Amino acid sequence: MSVLLTGEQRKPFSGSQTAHWLLVAGLPLMVVAVGIAALGIGRYSVSPEQVYRILLATVLPIEPTWSETDARVVILSRGPRVLLSMLVGGGLALSGAVLQGVFRNPLVGPQILGVSSGAAFGGALAILFGLGWVFLVSGAMVCGILALVIVYAMSQVDGRAPILMLVLAGVVTSAFFTALVSVLTYVADPYSRLPAIVFWLMGSLATATYPKVVPAALPVLIGGGLILLLRWRLNILSLGEEEAAALGVRVQPLRWLLLVAVAAIVAGAVAVSGVVGWVGLVVPHLARMWVGPDHRVLLPVTLLLGAAYLTIIDTLARSLTPAEIPLGILTALVGAPVFFVLLRRTRGRGWVDA
Amino acid sequence: MLELTDIGFAYSAHNWLFRHVSLCLNASEIVAILGPNGRGKSTLLRCAAGLLSPQEGTVRQATSIGYVPQSNQVAFAYSAFEMVLMGRARQIGLFAAPRQRDRDSARQSLERVGLAHLAERPFFHLSGGEQQLVLIARALASESTVLILDEPAAALDLHNQKRVLRLLRALASQGLSILLTTHHPQHAQFLADRVLLMYGPDDCRIGSADVLLTEANLSALYGVRLCAITFEEGGTMRQTLAPVYADD
Repeated sequence: MSVLLTGEQRKPFSGSQTAHWLLVAGLPLMVVAVGIAALGIGRYSVSPEQVYRILLATVLPIEPTWSETDARVVILSRGPRVLLSMLVGGGLALSGAVLQGVFRNPLVGPQILGVSSGAAFGGALAILFGLGWVFLVSGAMVCGILALVIVYAMSQVDGRAPILMLVLAGVVTSAFFTALVSVLTYVADPYSRLPAIVFWLMGSLATATYPKVVPAALPVLIGGGLILLLRWRLNILSLGEEEAAALGVRVQPLRWLLLVAVAAIVAGAVAVSGVVGWVGLVVPHLARMWVGPDHRVLLPVTLLLGAAYLTIIDTLARSLTPAEIPLGILTALVGAPVFFVLLRRTRGRGWVDA
Repeated sequence: MLELTDIGFAYSAHNWLFRHVSLCLNASEIVAILGPNGRGKSTLLRCAAGLLSPQEGTVRQATSIGYVPQSNQVAFAYSAFEMVLMGRARQIGLFAAPRQRDRDSARQSLERVGLAHLAERPFFHLSGGEQQLVLIARALASESTVLILDEPAAALDLHNQKRVLRLLRALASQGLSILLTTHHPQHAQFLADRVLLMYGPDDCRIGSADVLLTEANLSALYGVRLCAITFEEGGTMRQTLAPVYADD
């Protein structure tokens, strides 16, 4: 007995399991590799080795072996875009995983809280009035948070919010803001404002700049950091309200803390990239099938996988065809069939009755 | 340990489920709550566990309570070990992760219920009896000295009922206090030092199991005739209670 108590906690690894966990450990490297590849790929192509040198040269004194144009394309043109795709992809995927855990439902994504729709309305409003990107971003953030406040107010029953009321309030809020967005597109000038709104809603990172990285990065760093710190608590929360309470967890504050963090990330993502769907749904499932349901491992893996996933999709979006494909369309076109195949092949592993 | 003083609970105004229930749970004591469906057995249990606040009276918990719910539907395929580890939530800080000490405690708890060999199995792949034992192990991992169980043997076959019942007796003899609900008078007979019979909103009787678990009391409680059967087994006289379903 004493041997068992002090001894090795995990069961001995089989060969395939070691390979499996090595792969997981190598995930950060993979994200970096994807980033370097994405920086090089495009109509003006730069080799991965050059990209690597150019990146190093920003911190180390290296003799340039590349042209001025190479550096400008990598650092100024593609740099912010790849950075944004990583932040948005990682943030949305993490949000999806958290919401699936909080709501104990495999079909929940970042749009369930109504935050996406709220942020979409705020951004569309800014475009309608012809305001600059600073207003677009702040409008999206403000309306995204506003949507969460409405959900909060609507879901309160006797001073707490049961899961069912939260989901219903989210659906109602989402439908309401979607209708408001329709109103905006209806009244928008069909020759100038309407196309701008529609293209923004389709989701794109084409207008990425370094200043735009800030509104996406802050929520992901702060909210994402908070979420990662609470990731073991999320395991307990996912057992359901009463059980979590019985285990000594203060359910309501913990749940709202997580929801506010998610709302900030989603609003930030929508603000800089429009509505990019499916990432928050597909990536957490992918990660859960790979590493299992324990959120301690699942959440970091989801974050990194999401970052790599959206960077790959965005690179495809800008390099597949001469004209750029809106990102939101591509994530849905790729996400839906991938999701279907994954679910069929694994029969919803990681979930009990999926 | 756990003290309920004159508690009463109503879901709507003046529509009392039960009132004036007082109970003081002693160390190493097992108290069973019996009563028909809808009398508020589970509600009383939730009040005792601190999951519901009674409208009247006070609940005093001297230690943390290990609550074992009736049925558990986990959404995720957590392993049995991960489930037990979650019992350590009170010992682990808000932003912290389980440490070696917590894993040891979880391991130890699984051993105490005899399921160490199933640690890595997904919880929902376990049989009903094994799931119940894992949930008990989770309550043990929380270092509670009071266990509150809602129908711990309700959905189990006879063998698994015996497994759970004997474990509960062993835990009580190790010093734990146990409060549980049950639909089986035989279970109360086997386990309980005292029983709480819920006859109606204003009529809850508490007393020694030997005294209260009689044919007459239980027949009145359920509206079904119960028959005490005495038999000899290996030189000792044993008694069991059996319901009579046939009319006349």
